[in-house]
Amino acid sequence: MRYGRQVLDRDDAALVAALRARDDATFTQLVREWNASMLRVAQIFVPSRAIAEEVVQETWLRVLNALDRFEGRSSLKTWVFRILVNTAKTRAQREGRVVPFSSLRDPGRVPESAVDPDRFRPEDDERYPGHWSSPPRELPEEQLLAAETQAVVERAIAALPASQASVISLRDVQGWSAEEVCNALDITEVNQRVLLHRARAKVRQALEDYLAPETG
Amino acid sequence: MSAVEELSCQELVELVTDYLEHALEPGDLRRSEEHIAACGKCTVYLRQMRQTIMVTGALPGGEISAEAEQQLLQVFSGWSST
Repeated sequence: MRYGRQVLDRDDAALVAALRARDDATFTQLVREWNASMLRVAQIFVPSRAIAEEVVQETWLRVLNALDRFEGRSSLKTWVFRILVNTAKTRAQREGRVVPFSSLRDPGRVPESAVDPDRFRPEDDERYPGHWSSPPRELPEEQLLAAETQAVVERAIAALPASQASVISLRDVQGWSAEEVCNALDITEVNQRVLLHRARAKVRQALEDYLAPETG
Repeated sequence: MSAVEELSCQELVELVTDYLEHALEPGDLRRSEEHIAACGKCTVYLRQMRQTIMVTGALPGGEISAEAEQQLLQVFSGWSST
């Protein structure tokens, strides 16, 4: 697990005090640190990147206006992201978009396999039902961090449903803890893991397809 | 019943995230560990999930554009002057 991107080591009270004192350097630091995550989360609810950027702007304005009411009962990050989610939901309703609550609240409702069922022996197999018939192909270690491989992973994440893309981005790209993601999105630990599981499974498959394509 | 009979590979791949997140019940944890120890193919799968997490973790986090940062700073200075 990485915490490298969480560069803010001042505690929340100090951050809030700096913002209240109109310190634009602190504001810039928070904006740089959270912007990518905020856009991802906004895009769970709103249909385009452009609208997500407007939602982020509106969120910051609401955050600043509500700063005097921040009591520190949650972390500043959780508080900001809860405001973001509410702002995004409101905006989505105004856009006439059906807000995909179920993609966050009930992601397990529609079953989804981590691996194509055709890669396993059938249930009625006499000896090894449910065991690999087309096992995972080894990934060449030396290519894992190549720029082309990273581009494949970025495309795979971009192709995910927005709720899965958000969870894998927050957890694995930005290095948030499971608890932080659950708090920010107001979802249960189980649902957080379902979304993460599906996202990682698809990224793994994209890596395998690219680095170790099926032969023949 | 052997470890790979008690839990199939197809079942194991669905438990991998809970395994990595330390969220498995003791029974499933035992079955998963025994299966992985006995199954080279699922060992490869588990390694690939770790590789996936590593590669994803090495992605750039996404820099904010100068334009977007300027717009947000305008929001801040508008608020600051109130």
